[in-house]
Amino acid sequence: GPLCDITKPGNQRCSPNELFIAGVIKQERFPAFEKVLWRLFHGNFVLRHAEMQATEELQAVRGAVKKDVFIIFVQGDHVREKIRKVCEGFRASLYSCPKTLYEPKQMSTSVMTQMEDLRMILRRTEEYRAGVLTRAAEHVQEWGSKVKKMKAIYYTLNLCNIDITQKLIVAEIWCPVSDLTLVQSALIKGSEQSGSSVTPVLNRIQTQQTPPTFNRTNTFTEGFQAIIDAYGVGTYQEINPASYTIVTFPFLFAVMFGDCGHGLVMTLFAVWVTSQAESLRKWKNELTDVVIGGRYIILLMGMFSIYTGLIYNDCFSKSFNIFGSSWCVLSMFHPHGPWQNETLHEYHHLQLNPFVPGVYSGDPYVFGIDPVWNIASNKLSFLNSFKMKMSVILGVSHMLFGVALSLVNFDIFLQFVPQLIFMLSLFGYLIFLILYKWCITLRSETAPSILLLFINMMLFDYQSEHVLLYRGQVWIHAPLKAVLYSWLFRKDHFICFLLQVSMGDIFVYQAIHTIEFCLGCISNTASYLRLWALSLAHAELSEVLWRMVLQVGLKISSGMGSLMLVVLFAAFAVLTVTVLLIMEGLSAFLHALRLHWVEFQNKFYEGSGYKFTPLSFDSLLKTQQ
Amino acid sequence: MASLLFCGPKLAACGLVLSIWGVIMLAMLGIFFTTHSAVLIEDVPFTEKDMEDGPTALQNIYKLYNQVGYNCFIAAAIYVGIGFLSFCQIHLNKRKEYLVH
Repeated sequence: GPLCDITKPGNQRCSPNELFIAGVIKQERFPAFEKVLWRLFHGNFVLRHAEMQATEELQAVRGAVKKDVFIIFVQGDHVREKIRKVCEGFRASLYSCPKTLYEPKQMSTSVMTQMEDLRMILRRTEEYRAGVLTRAAEHVQEWGSKVKKMKAIYYTLNLCNIDITQKLIVAEIWCPVSDLTLVQSALIKGSEQSGSSVTPVLNRIQTQQTPPTFNRTNTFTEGFQAIIDAYGVGTYQEINPASYTIVTFPFLFAVMFGDCGHGLVMTLFAVWVTSQAESLRKWKNELTDVVIGGRYIILLMGMFSIYTGLIYNDCFSKSFNIFGSSWCVLSMFHPHGPWQNETLHEYHHLQLNPFVPGVYSGDPYVFGIDPVWNIASNKLSFLNSFKMKMSVILGVSHMLFGVALSLVNFDIFLQFVPQLIFMLSLFGYLIFLILYKWCITLRSETAPSILLLFINMMLFDYQSEHVLLYRGQVWIHAPLKAVLYSWLFRKDHFICFLLQVSMGDIFVYQAIHTIEFCLGCISNTASYLRLWALSLAHAELSEVLWRMVLQVGLKISSGMGSLMLVVLFAAFAVLTVTVLLIMEGLSAFLHALRLHWVEFQNKFYEGSGYKFTPLSFDSLLKTQQ
Repeated sequence: MASLLFCGPKLAACGLVLSIWGVIMLAMLGIFFTTHSAVLIEDVPFTEKDMEDGPTALQNIYKLYNQVGYNCFIAAAIYVGIGFLSFCQIHLNKRKEYLVH
């Protein structure tokens, strides 16, 4: 049993005629304790004390606190009570001391047995707890997902109404029209499985609210739909640009990325991710989820990059000569051409003249850029001109396509036709000039610049010294300008005539809108020049990487060359992947996306809808894990 | 046997991918150098002396081309070795996974 605490009143085991009081007190308090007792009782008591031997166990439990055990022999109840109060004040613990020799031994054995029992109970409890937790841990994942599902179901049910009889639920739902029979059969199946007697009723009702937007996607198209929805979910029943984005987005990316070596690496990576998609999902990293979600986008981007890489004739910054170059350097020498042996020693740079017979075969290279340009020092001035004009052509075509789509959306002839006429007369003519200049043969010293041509057209400047690009140019320019300027005023007159309102208001509004559209068109076309800029940056980075890393190893002709080549190739590969594939890839991705979101979609897309989000356990469990 | 394993599964996989890429690319470069492709002229370490007028000027350049080509082939062979090593490491790593600890 527990030790008798004498300070507790009403304890049956302690008799009032106890001869002594025994207890334990902290050693540092003992002198003060003794002094107080002497002052109070003037020596009418006997006090003996001894230092307690601290056992290892006690030290572990209580710390290195020194305690003294004391015993006070005293007569008289009042005095005893006072002494007990003093002991309380000094926080000494009092214990009843057994009178015979046998009792302490008995007490200590009983205390020991108690301790053993408690220890065993603790151990057993801990083992039991560990067992319960381990068994529960096997199920906790399952329980967690069950709880999530149940929560989601109850949340969805809470969105419904209870009808008057309190027995049925009335739910107003959005549902795709083509799926109505599917929903009906699912309701019936559900009611059969739960064994209810009432069959659910599905009615179609009219509403003024705008329904949510639902675009059916499969695993291939959902990536492209996601990047369109990231900018704005389409308004209800609006045309969905995602289907065209499947082709135009990877294509514009590839125009900026154009390298068939890098494209091949990207394609192989995407093929690997696609084949391993399920096992890669287990990594549950946010970055890998993004890559897995966009695996088909990356695959298409890689495939299109191989195509544009073949057109730019660029593979890790080197060109392929598959079909035979159309340029022949040998024909520049005697007897065909002007060069002699001394010419080579005199000049550092020599230019091939296509008008010397035999230098240019007359037929352009079959597919893509001629490989001779890869080793020409004026490669960039040729490629820049080519890429810039290509960007303008692609940009104007893309935007014209966007304007054409707006016809499907709004079919307002007042807006669509004037926009189209403006764009075609200005930018369409520019594209015609570019294509025409590419097709005819010109001497480079006397070739007219398209830019100057355009400026002169706008300024009505026709000095006879200027070389015209084609005969009858003057006669084409005049009506074009007439069309352009007249477009500015046509809309206003028409609208005023229709609405019979004051000219001033409409005029101002139309003027603002006109200026906005004009400037917008020009700035958007200029924005497409990023296709040129990024492709130039990629080509130059690729060339610098080859020249500064791999070429160093190739140029060592001794035996050590192969070892250096091994090391340098590893560096080349790592830098290609990190700088050219990841960094440039992300950059080109971003710019292609911007071109779609801003320059293309502002011609027709409203994007002010909200998405149709039915309750789906898959997406619920995926997002919360 | 345990000491033969010196890299983790990810490093070994990277090594294998790098080796496959290295073998293919260096072998193709070697082929293009030994067939004296003109596009690779800037990677060949010729000097002014090699281009001096003479009957052997062209042969000098071709010899240099071949040298670089052989270097590429040797490097490709070294990468075959590295690839084999990485493959062994992957194998050992997989085996370690299946062992009961």
